[in-house]
Amino acid sequence: MSPTRRLSDTAYLSQMLPLPLALPLAELEVGQHLYWHLGNLKIHGQVFLSSWVVIGALLALVFVGTRKLERDPRGLQNFLEFLWDYLRDLAREQIGEKAYRDWLPFIGTLFLFIFVSNWGGALLPWKLISLPHGELGAPTADINTTVALALLVSLAYFYAGLSRKGFRYFEYYVEPTPIMVPFKIVEDFTKPLSLSFRLFGNILADELVVAVLAFLVPLVVPLPAMLLGLFTSAIQALIFATLAAYYIGEAVHESHH
Amino acid sequence: MTSWLLLGATEGGLFDLDATLPLMAVQVVLLTLILNALFFRPVGRTVEEREGYITTSRADAKQKLAQVLRLQADLKEQLKDARKAAQALIVEAEQESDQLYRGALAEATASANAAREASRRELDSQRDGALGQIQADATKLGDLIVDRLLAPK
Repeated sequence: MSPTRRLSDTAYLSQMLPLPLALPLAELEVGQHLYWHLGNLKIHGQVFLSSWVVIGALLALVFVGTRKLERDPRGLQNFLEFLWDYLRDLAREQIGEKAYRDWLPFIGTLFLFIFVSNWGGALLPWKLISLPHGELGAPTADINTTVALALLVSLAYFYAGLSRKGFRYFEYYVEPTPIMVPFKIVEDFTKPLSLSFRLFGNILADELVVAVLAFLVPLVVPLPAMLLGLFTSAIQALIFATLAAYYIGEAVHESHH
Repeated sequence: MTSWLLLGATEGGLFDLDATLPLMAVQVVLLTLILNALFFRPVGRTVEEREGYITTSRADAKQKLAQVLRLQADLKEQLKDARKAAQALIVEAEQESDQLYRGALAEATASANAAREASRRELDSQRDGALGQIQADATKLGDLIVDRLLAPK
C-alpha cells in the first residue's frame, strides 16, 4: 500500500469516526449500506442478499431432507430429525408440555435462521463478491434484522399470553405483588432491546475482530478469533432461541393459587 | 458524516433503522410458515408416528412375552405331571418286577431245598443200607474167623 493511499484512507476514516484512529482500517466499511429504494422507502440491500442466501440454504436443506421421510431414517433425514429433536427439547423445556407444540416452529425457525446466518457470515467467503457500497456478511450483524427478530419475539409472547389466558394474562404484571407493575412494564421494553443488541453486538463485534486481525496479520493469527467467532455465533443463536422460548413460556405459564 | 454513530443521523451508520426492519420481519414470518409446512410438521409427524409404532410394538411384544411365559408355565406344569406319572409307573413296575423276582426266587429256593433234602435223604438211606451191609458182612466174617480159629482145637 502506498503512503499516499494510506494517508487518504486515514483521512477518510477520521472523517467517518469521531475518535482518532491511527490504524489503517480502510478495508472495513462499518456502517456502510447498499441502499435499495422501494418507492420512498430505503432498505439495506446487502442484508437481504445475504439473508436470501441463508433462507435458500435452509430451504434447500429442508426440502432435500424431507422429500422421502421413512420410518427407518436414512442420510439427511437423521440430521433433520436430530435438529427437530434438539429444537423440540429446547421449546419443551422452556415453554412447557402444554403449549410448546404451537411455538416450536417459531422458536425453531429463530434458531435455524440465526444460526445459519451467523455461521454463514463467518464461513462463507463473502468478500469475494464486491458490492458498489457496503459489504455482504451475516444478516444478523445488521441492527434491522436483530430488532425485527426481537420485536417478533415480543409480539409472539404477548400473543401467546393473551390467546391462552385472555385478560388474565395481565395478572402476570401484579405477581407476586402489585409493586412489580412498573418493573414488569419496563421489562417489556428491555426484553426486545437486550435480545436485539446482544445478538447484533456479538455478531458485529466478531466480524470486526476477525476483519481487523485479518487486515493486520493476514495469516494464522485470525484463526483463533475465527474459531471463537464460530463458538460465539452458535451460542448466540442458542441464547436467542432459548430466551424467546423462555419469554413465551413465562407468558403462558399458569401460576398456581 | 461526522456523527454516523447516532441513530439515523445521516445516510448510513451502524444503527440505521429503516424499512429493512419490517421487511425482514415479514421474511422471517414467511420462513416460519414455510419451515413449519416443510420441516417441523412432516418431521414431527414422522418422529411421533415412529414413537407410536415403537410404543405399540413394545406393548405387543410385552403381551406376547406374557403369553409365552404363561404357556411356558403351563407346559412346565404338564411336564411335571407327566414326570410324576412316569415316576409312579416306574415305581409300580419296579415293585411288580420285584415281587415277581421274589416269588420266583422263593419258588426256586423251595424246589432247590426240596431236591437237596430228597438227595440227602437218599444218600442217608443208601449209606445206612451200605453200613448195614458192611456190618452184616463184618459180623459174618468175624463169625467165620472165630469158627475157623476155634473149630480145629
